[in-house]
Amino acid sequence: MKKIILIISLFTLSCNKDIVEINRQFPLLNPIKPDANAGTWKTILPLNASDFTPANPPSVQDAAFKAQLDQIVALQKNISRDDQENMDYWGTGAVLRWNEILREFVAKYNLPPVNNADGSYPIPSAANPLAYPYFPFANPPYAARAYAYVSAAQFDALVIATHWKDRINRPLAFELDNRIQRLLPNPGLKAYPSADAVAYGVSAAMLKLLFPGEIAEIDRRMASHRRARLMSGIETAADLDAGEALGASIAQAYFQRARTDNAGASVAIVNGVNLWKVFEDNCIALNEIPWISQEAPKRPPMLPFFGKVKPFLFDSATLVGTIRPPAPPSTRSEAFRKELAEVKYYSENQTRERTRIVHFWADGVGTYTPPGHWNAIAAETFATLNWSEVRWARAFALLNLSMMDAAIACWDAKFHYYNPRPSQMDPSIKTVTGLPNFPSYISGHSTFSGAAAEVLGYLVPTDAERFAAMANEASLSRLYGALHYRSDCTVGLAVGRKVGSYAVRRGMSDGAGR
Amino acid sequence: MNFFDIRPLLRSCVPLLAPLMLHAQSDVDAIMMGKNLLCAGTSLSTGQWNQYWEGGLLRINENLGTVRTNAVAAMGSLGVTKNLNILYSLPWIQTRATAGQMTGLRGLQDIGIAAKYRMLRKKTERKSFSIFGIAGVSTPSQNYVKDYLPLSIGLGSTNLTLRLMADQTYQWFFTTASTSYVRRSNIRLDRQAYYTTRMIYSAEVEMPDALYSNVRMGYRSSELIAEFVADHWLTLGGFDITKNNMPFSSNRMIQTRIGLAGKYEPKKWKGLSLNGSVFHTVDGRNMGKSTGFQFGVFYIVNFSKSK
Repeated sequence: MKKIILIISLFTLSCNKDIVEINRQFPLLNPIKPDANAGTWKTILPLNASDFTPANPPSVQDAAFKAQLDQIVALQKNISRDDQENMDYWGTGAVLRWNEILREFVAKYNLPPVNNADGSYPIPSAANPLAYPYFPFANPPYAARAYAYVSAAQFDALVIATHWKDRINRPLAFELDNRIQRLLPNPGLKAYPSADAVAYGVSAAMLKLLFPGEIAEIDRRMASHRRARLMSGIETAADLDAGEALGASIAQAYFQRARTDNAGASVAIVNGVNLWKVFEDNCIALNEIPWISQEAPKRPPMLPFFGKVKPFLFDSATLVGTIRPPAPPSTRSEAFRKELAEVKYYSENQTRERTRIVHFWADGVGTYTPPGHWNAIAAETFATLNWSEVRWARAFALLNLSMMDAAIACWDAKFHYYNPRPSQMDPSIKTVTGLPNFPSYISGHSTFSGAAAEVLGYLVPTDAERFAAMANEASLSRLYGALHYRSDCTVGLAVGRKVGSYAVRRGMSDGAGR
Repeated sequence: MNFFDIRPLLRSCVPLLAPLMLHAQSDVDAIMMGKNLLCAGTSLSTGQWNQYWEGGLLRINENLGTVRTNAVAAMGSLGVTKNLNILYSLPWIQTRATAGQMTGLRGLQDIGIAAKYRMLRKKTERKSFSIFGIAGVSTPSQNYVKDYLPLSIGLGSTNLTLRLMADQTYQWFFTTASTSYVRRSNIRLDRQAYYTTRMIYSAEVEMPDALYSNVRMGYRSSELIAEFVADHWLTLGGFDITKNNMPFSSNRMIQTRIGLAGKYEPKKWKGLSLNGSVFHTVDGRNMGKSTGFQFGVFYIVNFSKSK
């Protein structure tokens, strides 16, 4: 009764339902170490800074440039509450915020198309992204690749920007004009080209390619980022324009790679032909039971040829020869029967704690996917470390390259073995979250999480055990949820760690150090 | 006049694609227990739908088939005075989908307590007119899974309901109309981030408040009640289910239902009270087009010392 009286008084007294959002509590970016030598770090794509030479900055004596300084002075005279919030929002980190925008788009577009009346499924078209089915269907492999491309391009763009900052040696805006106040922390680097503008230039260009339905929204975010930087008194319009242009030209190099990485050919159906049947036939030829879609109507498997996408961290021979795991237990074996029985046990014996774990890691339809979840986990950790923008970018690049290649390795195994899901083998098995529409072996969540924990453990060694424990929980969540056999999870985690180790090797030799 | 009524269906808090979350107090009718009378019992109910509104689009989902919700509820009301009743309810709920892979859930849902006060009563030989004020609170009896619509057993918010109700009778015929404001607390999910119309990095979900209105009319005597009921649930905010997405706790939920209800207190079995009802959803948004029925058995105990 006391509790009820308390609740009533709380209700009547407090009218505030506002939610505290974790990512709005992050501190402003204020690097301990500006990483001024980042211009010497090894880029992901083999790029030469000289191919991306910025235009010469305007002379500080130039009348047009003086007008740019006046513009900042004028902006700083009228700072509204919204302006202050906008500066703080972007001041938390350009790489962080554009990574969040990507996660948001993934969540918005991670919806499988509804079937046509005849039981077939419509295919999203990049040429017509806003007509249903919306393009893209940002499912986990699509998302893993998107996170990798955006993060890698951000990193390369910031490395090259740092190279030019050092050469051009342009002072920051507030250093040029004592009427200008510095309203955000000093990045400790030269002004030209602006790192923030490099970040929005490259991110906006990449996102427009990946989410063509969001072009207007991307432009809106870019404008608000630019306004925040101008107002902060750190960079002038010239610094920002040069940064945006550099970012956009780095994006071109990534477009080139994206066009030729085979992702466009990863779909199930081309011109009405069901290309994935080959996997089913291979499986039957080996006298095994092939995966069958459990959706109604039966949906073609998600991106069956994603295993053929060109990895960033190793070549296809390594993928097939070193990384591809051995076959799962045969569906006719005693080992398989035992694994199936274990799944059934978890299906029928939910506990509140196990369900919490399943739902914490589910990252299914309408979410930022498991790679997005690991980006969120990483961001929360990175936000405590006072890194420079370029170091943030490097961390996300290594993380996301590992998860894209984990997606490739996982999809390679899934379609090579084409193993049925537990609920296909025993229809009495019910799942605790949505059942993904692709073969079972190996678990995607486990592969992503193994790779992520390996890379994050390298980047933040003090938290390595925590990341490993989280990955283990994410992996087991798929068994608890009755979506995967135990071997899908344990092998997936091991494959993920192996993929992650390639990203760690890259990190150890890119010149950044820890 | 030992009138009482316990009628779970056709009451508020029937959320989502949904389980007919019953809370059954007689907090939407004009019937009062006399002083020192306790009416307690059990209500069984079932409801199901095979079509739901995804935003404004009425659709089927072959991966859910028919979604069925069964409930057993303990409930009752106590006459503190002839003008003040205290009501309680606690349902156990079970959900199931006939198609697809998703498992159903079951468990104790929200415990509800309400006070019903008759503020005004004017009576002539043939007519009476009364006004009631009702305040109720319901809160989850345990930390059940909320983020699993449409198969969650409840929405998980703590609700404060404030209701104003008027009742007019003419001989054996009556009309009762009420409207309520339902203040709903935020809820916490098992995950740390979710997308509504934007990405939100928190386990907490802001639940829009709701309005609930109920009209009932029919025949009412000490032995028998037979009535037609219509009700309407409307959340004051929330967002539509996006195309082919799962429903979400803070969706905008609207539901209009019609139904028939009855109660019978046989004269020869003093204290026994039987009730039942049927309902059908006629319109909605982000809700199941559900149909269901309910049956309850209750017994009235007299605590008065002087008999």
